[in-house]
Amino acid sequence: MSTLEIRNLHVTVETENGTKEILRGVDLTVKSGETHAIMGPNGSGKSTLAYAIAGHPKYTVTEGTITLDGEDVLAMSVDERARAGLFLAMQYPVEVPGVTVSNFLRTAKTAVDGEAPKLRTWVKDVKGAMADLRMDDSFAERNVNEGFSGGEKKRHEILQLELLKPRIAVLDETDSGLDVDALRIVSEGVNRAKEGTDLGVLLITHYTRILRYIKPDYVHVFVDGKVVEEGGPELADRLESEGYDRFVTAKA
Amino acid sequence: MSLLAQKNPAAGAHEDSAAAFVPDQSRAERKTSYAVDDFAVPGGREEDWRFTPVDRLSGLFQPGATEVDKLTLTVDGPEGVTTERVDPTAAGVLVPADRAAAVAWAGESKATRIAIPAEAELAEPVHITVEARDKARLNGHLVIEAGHHSKATVVLTHRGSAECGAVVEVKAGDGADLTFVTVQEWDDDTLHVAQNDVLVGRDARVRHIVVTLGGELVRISTNARYAGPGGSFEGLGVYFADAGQHQEHRLFVDHEAPHCHSNVEYKGALQGETAHTVWVGDVLIRAAAEGTDTYELNRNLVLTEGARADSVPNLEIETGEIVGAGHASATGRFDDEQLFYLQARGIPEDVARRLVVRGFFAAIVARIGVPEVSEHLMAAIDAELEGSR
Repeated sequence: MSTLEIRNLHVTVETENGTKEILRGVDLTVKSGETHAIMGPNGSGKSTLAYAIAGHPKYTVTEGTITLDGEDVLAMSVDERARAGLFLAMQYPVEVPGVTVSNFLRTAKTAVDGEAPKLRTWVKDVKGAMADLRMDDSFAERNVNEGFSGGEKKRHEILQLELLKPRIAVLDETDSGLDVDALRIVSEGVNRAKEGTDLGVLLITHYTRILRYIKPDYVHVFVDGKVVEEGGPELADRLESEGYDRFVTAKA
Repeated sequence: MSLLAQKNPAAGAHEDSAAAFVPDQSRAERKTSYAVDDFAVPGGREEDWRFTPVDRLSGLFQPGATEVDKLTLTVDGPEGVTTERVDPTAAGVLVPADRAAAVAWAGESKATRIAIPAEAELAEPVHITVEARDKARLNGHLVIEAGHHSKATVVLTHRGSAECGAVVEVKAGDGADLTFVTVQEWDDDTLHVAQNDVLVGRDARVRHIVVTLGGELVRISTNARYAGPGGSFEGLGVYFADAGQHQEHRLFVDHEAPHCHSNVEYKGALQGETAHTVWVGDVLIRAAAEGTDTYELNRNLVLTEGARADSVPNLEIETGEIVGAGHASATGRFDDEQLFYLQARGIPEDVARRLVVRGFFAAIVARIGVPEVSEHLMAAIDAELEGSR
């Protein structure tokens, strides 16, 4: 049982026009086995929240706390956060030329577990997870994200999610750029991880379509750097029919 | 260059980051001579010395005797390979093209020739090792001759502490397949200026591979020519410069014979204050060299602030009847987003850096195709990265 707690989180980013505050007091609690959807219009700060949790150096936390089971996440380096059990499936995964997927996965698994995986079971696990995500075997010998299609990049993110077995995963617009088939395959991967490891999920999305495959327990509406409304799955349905207008106008 | 674009749209991407420089004369007109006095002592403003800290090389610009007592030269090769001392002009491949080469040439009354018999296919590489100590003054003159239709790999390794001026002649007979590797793993105080001239026989294939890791100042000029049509020259280079190191690689591929192929690819990493690398790649396609296919590429990965990489590709084309000609040069900083991505998967920063740098070199190291060199090189690159922490 793990708990990710975000309290009064304020985050700034440096822009050409000086320092800009993106997150303005975010409160959120995600526990093992729970799925939280964060929905909001473009530019509301959803991705910033994801990156701030992962520790991207571009974002500065000016106020507030993030803890995982009481441990201060903000005091951890990026890799320490991952080893503590946090995972970020990125919207735009980065190409790493010359590093094969197979080498990358083994290195990451070794780092997260603190020891190299047993070769025989590991090869089987990787092959099995790839097959589940309809990824060809040859994928393992390609360079990380290099020349991957949008769908391949997202499958590769979920492949890592399934193999690294984090406690809490943040999925940043994992549905963007996916056709219906790919969306279903990727969602199945997330659901397998939820069932298998009691994963807690923070699902960041603009549209509701991924919520048809990954059922949220809670829905948070994110506008202008903070949560403005919270509810159950029914809130997502309402957003689907009404859009974000009422929140955006209310703000104005 | 516009000629190239029109006649060879298939030549591929054309990046001209550093190529705005236009030489005032054809590369073919550069002077060559055996006489030291035909070359003035470089002052640093000359076209071919403008990147080099010439003040540190004053010793190598003046004739001096080789300190043989501080030198160990070993040649270790499979049966059939011969080593002998020959007249310096015996090979006839190289004429010194700058003062340092002329000084090196003048410093040795004989050249050391290592010959691979015609049609011999060597199962094992020939190893030539130059080991020096106490900043030994060295003049080197080496000749590698691969007989027609032979197949061989020759690895020349430099170690220790020296002020070394050297000329190396590589002659591949018709149909020969020769891989020549020169590895610079000198101590930190070594100065090394070398000229390598390669003559590619008819339908022969020469792979000339440069690996520069050590030394205070290393400057290697490689010139390739073709003795007949159908030849192929591949120039590969890998270098890693630390703080205080100057590594300079100059290439000139002179296409005069028709239907020849050349491909030059150099990749380097730099880390630390004042680390400086220079890559100059000149290709000349003469009027007679119809059917030429050439490409040259240089990539630099700058790992830390304060390091500097100069990269200058030059392409001179005197005929439009070619298969392809292109070049690319790019220098990039270490990508923090790659680091973030790897760290976000739990990989510690030092391991992540090593993965990225290894990845940068992976393809070219694999292409070296000499397992012992590739493995040693990767281990050496890891050690360089370890040393930075």
